[in-house]
Amino acid sequence: MAKGPDVWRVLTEPLIRQNPVTLQILGICSALAVTTTMATALTMAVSLTVVLTLAAGIISTIRRHIPDSIRLIVQIVIVASLVIVIDQVLQAYFAEISRALSVYVGLITTNCLVLGRTEAYARHHRPLPSMLDAFGNGLGYSLVLMIVGGLRELFGKGELFGFAVLPLADAGGWFTPLSLMLLAPSAFFILGLLVWAIRSWLPEQAEAPEHVPPGRMEAAE
Amino acid sequence: MTELWTLFLTAAFVDNMPLILFLGLCTFLALSKRPDAALGLGVAMTAVLGVTVPLNQLIYAYVLAPGAWSWAGMPELDLSYLALIAFIGVIAAAVQVLEMVLDRFFPAIHAAFGVFLPLLTVQCAILAGSLFMVERSYSLVESTVFGLGSGVGFAVAVVMLGAIRSRLAYANLPAGLRGLGIGFVLTGLMSLGFAAFSQMAAAS
Repeated sequence: MAKGPDVWRVLTEPLIRQNPVTLQILGICSALAVTTTMATALTMAVSLTVVLTLAAGIISTIRRHIPDSIRLIVQIVIVASLVIVIDQVLQAYFAEISRALSVYVGLITTNCLVLGRTEAYARHHRPLPSMLDAFGNGLGYSLVLMIVGGLRELFGKGELFGFAVLPLADAGGWFTPLSLMLLAPSAFFILGLLVWAIRSWLPEQAEAPEHVPPGRMEAAE
Repeated sequence: MTELWTLFLTAAFVDNMPLILFLGLCTFLALSKRPDAALGLGVAMTAVLGVTVPLNQLIYAYVLAPGAWSWAGMPELDLSYLALIAFIGVIAAAVQVLEMVLDRFFPAIHAAFGVFLPLLTVQCAILAGSLFMVERSYSLVESTVFGLGSGVGFAVAVVMLGAIRSRLAYANLPAGLRGLGIGFVLTGLMSLGFAAFSQMAAAS
């Protein structure tokens, strides 16, 4: 059984240091698409964390019974079944948000984060640590989603969770909403700058240059 | 005919998968470091989307849609909640078959696709193509055109990003921005450019 500090480390490591979105490049698609408002971002984050944790638990429980050659199909079917359950729950109780999320809930199935964690961790570990690892990764993903979603909603609409924070110019305030923040490009910029900020803070994450141009290689020698 | 052409252009440029709808970004960013690898990915995407979207359309229309079993005396049967599992299965099988056929009859093309083909099974853009087909209720012809258009749009975007990133070797970037960071910023700039297409579509 894992000791106290280990549990804490497994849970907190993926928050920033091993963040699934900014370092491992997993699950970016949905991270950007659903972040126009905090409410959709939160729904997506909770759905993904639930699916990820349950999938890790189930796969890790039956890990000795899955033949290696068909493990991907087994994992995908388990994840897809969980996603269908989540999708039906959202449609039943949060119909409006479910419409706003459109196909992106279904796309949790092919979110590389889910398969990445089950493949890399849950397949080799006992159920409890696997679920903790999955939960930690879900939290790291949620953190990025909330930051991006919060920035976009705050500057795009002057609201947070639908409540006015910055008084709009139309309604007698001073803030003119930046409609660019609601469009696709701003999400890329915010995430790019977020990656830059994290990597300046933790320089060991910086990547080596992709290729060296011929002129500079000679200069280096 | 013109309607299909419009659908093709809309799928390729106005609703560009990686740049406007944020689909398939993981592979989009991971495999765009060089233009030649990017081209292989783009061609594979087009082929797989062009095959799986019409295939899933047939399955949805004749097996899963509400009322599809009325000929068998079960008009109330609605299996559409099984769409997700069915689509994933079809995509996995189609990719496998496509790979075997190419390997057997067109080894040159198969070698060019390389490792990308099996990877595409778990690519969100591929699954999203089929899910959009259901949401917008395309016919068989429309879904073929939509699949090919989306694939071409993805290919154009990924090759462009690959070309830009290979030029980055001459830029002196801050260490933290290298790789993923600048990849996102470049994608954002390209996305700004592609946003102009949606303005053109709205104006026409």
